[in-house]
Amino acid sequence: MMKDLTNPPIDRIDGRMKVTGGAQYFADFDLPNTAYCVIVGSEIARGSIASLDTKKALGAPGVLGVFTHQNMPPIPGWDAPVGGEADGPAPKPKTEETYRILSSPKILFDGQPIAIVVADTFERATYAASLVKATYTKQPTRTDLHKHVSDGVAPKGAEGGNYLRGKADAYQTAPVTLEANYTIPVEVHNPMELHGILAHWTAANTLMIYAKTQGVNATQQAMAQAFKLDPKNIHVHTEFMGGGFGMGLRTWPQETAVVAIARKINRPLKLVVSRSQMFTLVGHRPYTVQTINMGADRDGKLIGIAHAATAETASYEDFTEATVNMTKFMYACPNVSTRYRLVRLDRSVPIWMRGPGEATGAFALESAMDEMAHKLNLDPIEFRLRNYTETDPEHNRPYSSKHLKEAYQRGAEAIGWKNRKNEPGSVREGDWLIGYGMSTGTFNAFRWEASARILLKADGSLTIQSAVTDIGPGTGTALTMIAHNVLGVPVDRIKVEYGDTSLPKAPTQGGSAIVSAVGSAVYDACTAIKTELAGLALRAGGPLAGQQADELTLADGVLSVEKEPKKKVAVSDLMQANNLTVLDKTKDSKGGPELGKYSMYSFSVHFVQVRVNPQTGVVRVTKAVSVADSGRIVSPKTAASQMIGGVAGGIGMALTEEAIIDHRFGRFVNNNLADYHVAVHADVPAIETIMIDKPDPIINPMGAKGMGEIALIGFAGAVANAVFNATGQRVRDLPITPDKVMQKLA
Amino acid sequence: MNQHEHTGGESASADSSRRSFLKQSSALAALVLTPPTAMAAADQGLDEKMAAAFEQMPLQVNVNGTAHRLSIEPRVTLLDLLREQLHLTGTKKGCDHGQCGACTVHVDGARVNACLTLAMTTEGSTVTTIEGLADGGPTGALHPMQAAFIKHDGFQCGYCTPGQIMSAVACIREGHANSPDEVREYMSGNICRCGAYANIVDAIMDVKKGGAKV
Ligand code: FES
Ligand code: FES
Repeated sequence: MMKDLTNPPIDRIDGRMKVTGGAQYFADFDLPNTAYCVIVGSEIARGSIASLDTKKALGAPGVLGVFTHQNMPPIPGWDAPVGGEADGPAPKPKTEETYRILSSPKILFDGQPIAIVVADTFERATYAASLVKATYTKQPTRTDLHKHVSDGVAPKGAEGGNYLRGKADAYQTAPVTLEANYTIPVEVHNPMELHGILAHWTAANTLMIYAKTQGVNATQQAMAQAFKLDPKNIHVHTEFMGGGFGMGLRTWPQETAVVAIARKINRPLKLVVSRSQMFTLVGHRPYTVQTINMGADRDGKLIGIAHAATAETASYEDFTEATVNMTKFMYACPNVSTRYRLVRLDRSVPIWMRGPGEATGAFALESAMDEMAHKLNLDPIEFRLRNYTETDPEHNRPYSSKHLKEAYQRGAEAIGWKNRKNEPGSVREGDWLIGYGMSTGTFNAFRWEASARILLKADGSLTIQSAVTDIGPGTGTALTMIAHNVLGVPVDRIKVEYGDTSLPKAPTQGGSAIVSAVGSAVYDACTAIKTELAGLALRAGGPLAGQQADELTLADGVLSVEKEPKKKVAVSDLMQANNLTVLDKTKDSKGGPELGKYSMYSFSVHFVQVRVNPQTGVVRVTKAVSVADSGRIVSPKTAASQMIGGVAGGIGMALTEEAIIDHRFGRFVNNNLADYHVAVHADVPAIETIMIDKPDPIINPMGAKGMGEIALIGFAGAVANAVFNATGQRVRDLPITPDKVMQKLA
Repeated sequence: MNQHEHTGGESASADSSRRSFLKQSSALAALVLTPPTAMAAADQGLDEKMAAAFEQMPLQVNVNGTAHRLSIEPRVTLLDLLREQLHLTGTKKGCDHGQCGACTVHVDGARVNACLTLAMTTEGSTVTTIEGLADGGPTGALHPMQAAFIKHDGFQCGYCTPGQIMSAVACIREGHANSPDEVREYMSGNICRCGAYANIVDAIMDVKKGGAKV
């Protein structure tokens, strides 16, 4: 365990870059002779291209090429699986269809690229793209999940199929039962930065890529496969990424296409997709319908839960996520069954979106818990406490750490839970009904493999190197704190170099796992340096000879004996005396087998106060408290920001976010930020964040678990529960828009 | 202006660029009057020049204290001019449709969405971008709003940040920062998908209360 130094709330290390406009995102890089490309999308959702007229576009000024399925340069590695998620490329479960960009006239989703127009300026490419005309042979289109739920198939792999503990139908005979259906619409990540890529073949087989990716190593690997290149010849740089929320967890086909075209035209090529293309080309949270059956005894002990989820996926790829998992381990319940199905539709493929399936599942489970608490006439926290479990009932093993009870209690105090009336619809202030709601969230705490290099110079400065990308959570700041805590180097003498494949390999930023993974590597490399310094000081003839290693402390560049502070040596003197200008250590780090003995999860509890206007159906979140039980908080300031960001995302998920399809055409009708409503300033109140901040003794030397996902998971349920408490009406279809509230209140 | 010569770049003076535009235009008119020549000209790649003659217009604009005399296409937005031709990439594109505020800059002191502003309409104007708000850079002085954003962690990924800061400065100057709720209302054109809103509001209120000149 890391010696428990204080973790002061330091400013974000890249703050100055971000407030001055100095931070460079992929589209900000300026390469001489860059050409620009614009994607033309299909206007139908299923069928094939009958004719494609590119002549006018080709003749337009500045056009360097129009690439379609008829003339697309080959991508030699198409037959290799192009993945690029979490731990590198993984083969996708095969369906009967394949989708390879610009490889055939076949159309599998609306907006599917049918041409990429390249010109010497963005304006010219945009204009020329408007001149590409296609006609189509249409086929019947299936895009409505509700109509095709019965076509659900059990996906292959870990997240697929069925789970059973005890008896599947035990809930049926319980004294108190509940059956409820919940719907999550398509939500779109919509990071503020538009997706794209800047690709530059610097030599025949050497590639430089500025990407919008959550993992430079994953992009490197995907491109190496696609172009059959040695990964060493592919350099990927993503130091700054303007938000990802999951859409950058894989390499998308259009990125590969741009790289192929850049090679063909022999110029650097930049793609920045439009906001509307963000809805079809880079994934989304899948439309999911869920049914929860729950049974409890009259004392509020759960007897059985059955949780079934059916989600949409593309016709050409089975995307799966852990929608039903929380139900398996969250509560002490002897009988639990879950079922997960996919329906293949004529839609582009989904991808994990913040909190992914767990957020979808938590909305259903935590709404159902609230509904059941109401049936039992119990306080929702009390109901959860009656079914609290200290060990994981799914795997029959202990949690590595769990302080959820404390989280319930502290959150309840902060929101003023005592002001909540268990009788719904009983508090009114002027025109508004007031309600309180809460919900639990949980997400796996991972410890992935990662490496990091630490360079400690004799002048006292320290550099951390890792390929990891910081998409916004404050990774660099957290790594700085870890190095500071191990080596006592002042934070302003620490520099972090990251987001580049020239640096030690790191996993993709996702799964709330980066502080745990890369942080451990930084910890290990710093510890190796500390050990070496101690060795130099303690050895015969050394300045602290005769002392014991465990008596030493290291702070502010001075190694000293803890009980006799006069016995000390400056690190710089020690290094100089040994003719060292730099100490340089690279460490690979991963958890040991002992981790397998525990279930490792982060937990959160979200509390909200809402106001509902019964005249208009408008719901406003007026107070929010989010509590994180995510182990030791390494960087308090950026961690708090992650939590408030989850609240903003959660308010959008609960109240406004919904990508609406016109099923006649299989097309989104609100594919822009004016019509797809993410939360804006006016939607988000002041937020209180509470960190339990107790180290997890198992997961990693810092004791830190992740928090990116739990910041969002459960939040929408808390809002739905608060709306019920305010009005006595339950909205089970997100988002909770005024029309739904009015319909219920009518 | 290396790679951007074809679309514009600095010309000696607006007058001379206007002259050359006229000259090119009359040459063009001549070509149009003699179709066979024009056809041959197109074959020889002269269509590029014809297009350029049509497409280029002179523009004088002051950006962050530097007077620019440019020759640009009339359809170029202020956002793309800043980013792709002047290489001031601090101003971001989040939607290109006036829906997100990532591209917020000041034109003659007022906040505007650069993506909704045709560059040609800034003739004679003064444009301030995030790069021109203060000395900035790696070590220079920060504008009080920039410092407050760092202090309150008013960002995560940082992509919306230049727009938020430009909007925030204008919000105070306009007199629309008298309460957190008023700030929320008047900052709602600037989306932050990372959800740093609560901290952004704190930063703005801090600057407002601190009374520093913005
Ligand atoms: S890019 Fe201008 S408002 Fe979004
Ligand atoms: S900081 Fe990421 S969008 Fe605002």
